[in-house]
Amino acid sequence: MTAPAPIEVRGLCKSYGELVAVDDVDLTVEAGDVFGYLGPNGAGKTTSLRMMLGLIVPSAGSVRLFGRDPQVSVKALAGVAGFVEAPSFYPYLNGRTNLDLFAALDGGDARERIVEALEIVGLSHRAKDKVGTYSHGMRQRLGIAASLLRRPRLLLLDEPATGLDPGGMRDMRDLIRNLSGQGMTVLLSSHLLTEVEELCNRVAIVREGRVAYQGSLAELRRQAGSGYLLRTTDDERARQVAEAQAGIGEVQIRAESGLTFSAESESAVGALSLALAESGTLALELSPRHATLEDLFFRLTEGEEAGAAPRPDRALEGAT
Amino acid sequence: MSPGVFTVYRWELRKLRSQKRTYLGLGAAALVPIIFVVALATRGGGPNDVAFGRYVHDTGLAIPLVLLLFGSVWMFPLITALVAGDIVAAEDRNDTLKTILTRSVERHQVFAGKILATFTYAVAAIAITGVVSLSAGILASGFNSIVSLSGTRISATEGLGLVGASLLVYLIPIVAIACIGLLFSTLFRNSAAAIVGTLMFSLLVQLVGILPGLEGLGPYLLSTQFNAWQGLLRSPIDWAPIVRALWVCALYGIPALVAAGLVFLRRDVAGD
Ligand SMILES: Nc1ncnc2c1ncn2[C@@H]1O[C@H](COP(=O)(O)OP(=O)(O)OP(=O)(O)O)[C@@H](O)[C@H]1O
Ligand SMILES: [Mg+2]
Repeated sequence: MTAPAPIEVRGLCKSYGELVAVDDVDLTVEAGDVFGYLGPNGAGKTTSLRMMLGLIVPSAGSVRLFGRDPQVSVKALAGVAGFVEAPSFYPYLNGRTNLDLFAALDGGDARERIVEALEIVGLSHRAKDKVGTYSHGMRQRLGIAASLLRRPRLLLLDEPATGLDPGGMRDMRDLIRNLSGQGMTVLLSSHLLTEVEELCNRVAIVREGRVAYQGSLAELRRQAGSGYLLRTTDDERARQVAEAQAGIGEVQIRAESGLTFSAESESAVGALSLALAESGTLALELSPRHATLEDLFFRLTEGEEAGAAPRPDRALEGAT
Repeated sequence: MSPGVFTVYRWELRKLRSQKRTYLGLGAAALVPIIFVVALATRGGGPNDVAFGRYVHDTGLAIPLVLLLFGSVWMFPLITALVAGDIVAAEDRNDTLKTILTRSVERHQVFAGKILATFTYAVAAIAITGVVSLSAGILASGFNSIVSLSGTRISATEGLGLVGASLLVYLIPIVAIACIGLLFSTLFRNSAAAIVGTLMFSLLVQLVGILPGLEGLGPYLLSTQFNAWQGLLRSPIDWAPIVRALWVCALYGIPALVAAGLVFLRRDVAGD
């Protein structure tokens, strides 16, 4: 029998009245993954994480952490740590005492790790100050320290870098990389693609509660595809030429200027440039263009329907 | 050792010790008897219209008893509600439920720990009032015998024991109030609303008793149970009001606790 996956989410839904915050989410996070849970504001990331941590009851579907259901017992959180939104503490207790409290609630030898955890997040010198006096970034760090007390095998982090200064963000990323290097599985929610690109091997992209893409980052890059950018003296004429050309496809007029297309081979591109010249349309710019993940991210999260971007060429066709 | 109710309880007490409201409540429990005794000593006279009011200058033992009578209207309910109404709502205010519920204690253990801590605080408040009012009373009026409600004289030492027992019996309705406070704290998720709600509740049940046609409810009202201890100061001791206080208060307290527990176990911790 294989060990159960750190996170297995099936058909997870959460509605608040009319609003469907999380809509039929399936998710599998394998051991060793640094899994990016990527989506814009209100996509349902925090709500999903709350259900994974057993804080809210799903409207439908199930969560299993290492095969155990967090809705049934907090025992499912053995070896699991993390926080949703900004981590919260007792403001009238100091940092150290807050950790003492959490360690007591963790049991085991959590208490022995407090000094080390404070050291790791760089808060040792402020541990004696009341948390009420901490800055946002310091609380964020204390949240990480509180998670480390549990010596987790699985770490769930909800936008952990939010509000951190650049140095703090770098530290946070280094820490996540480091923990992952030690074999920890991490689920990281984020709305920053660059963060996810830098840290994660697998991603789920969510929009309006639904998963629009799930898979490896490499596969996502492939899907983002590559193409060419062409600017000419007469883009509309160029479009007709390009569409008639063998080996050239997906011709799209860009909103700003020029057009994009994909080509089967470089020689097809060469043939196109010749055909353009023959038609009297002069190329001003012709360059290979790697669609960024950013483009794909926006296409997946902002398109009219998942996976389909609004296409300016269609709008044009409709007009004529 | 794996953490459980006792761990939560210990830390709830630790949290109470670090909060101003705890000292506000316990401070009031200590200060009110002192002010009362000082006022009696300086102004002379006394509250002759209440039981034991006549004896406040004869014996210190009368002081805590008179305070129990006065305090039942709103002082002790308020002192109790100050913590009972806050102990769950505070977690909502600080958004810390998500923090403690993702450690290794179950929700029911967290809730049980909070109940125990609330009761402990209530016991502490009554104990403080008892000790302070007895000490101040004995200093001001001496450690003398007292006349029971049946007119018999009770020796000072026996009286001291009965005052102690009265404080214990007084805890029965106090604990019921604490349960109501816990319920409101869980339901409202807002400590001010829960504290005011608890106080309103305790005042309103007192009013029910004076509505025409509802006088028959009198013995079963929560407010009436605050007088149950008087059974101890009759000779022979009248246990009936004390027994009634036990089951009547259980009828108020247990459903409130069960309802609060169910809400707490099932609620979404969504920071709203
Ligand atoms: N307790 C709640 N009651 C009602 N609606 C809620 C509640 N919690 C979340 N929602 C709604 O569910 C949707 C998803 O919210 P959620 O906080 O999960 O988004 P998110 O992806 O974490 O966004 P962000 O990037 O801004 O943190 C939002 O439309 C939000 O308004
Ligand atoms: Mg969020």
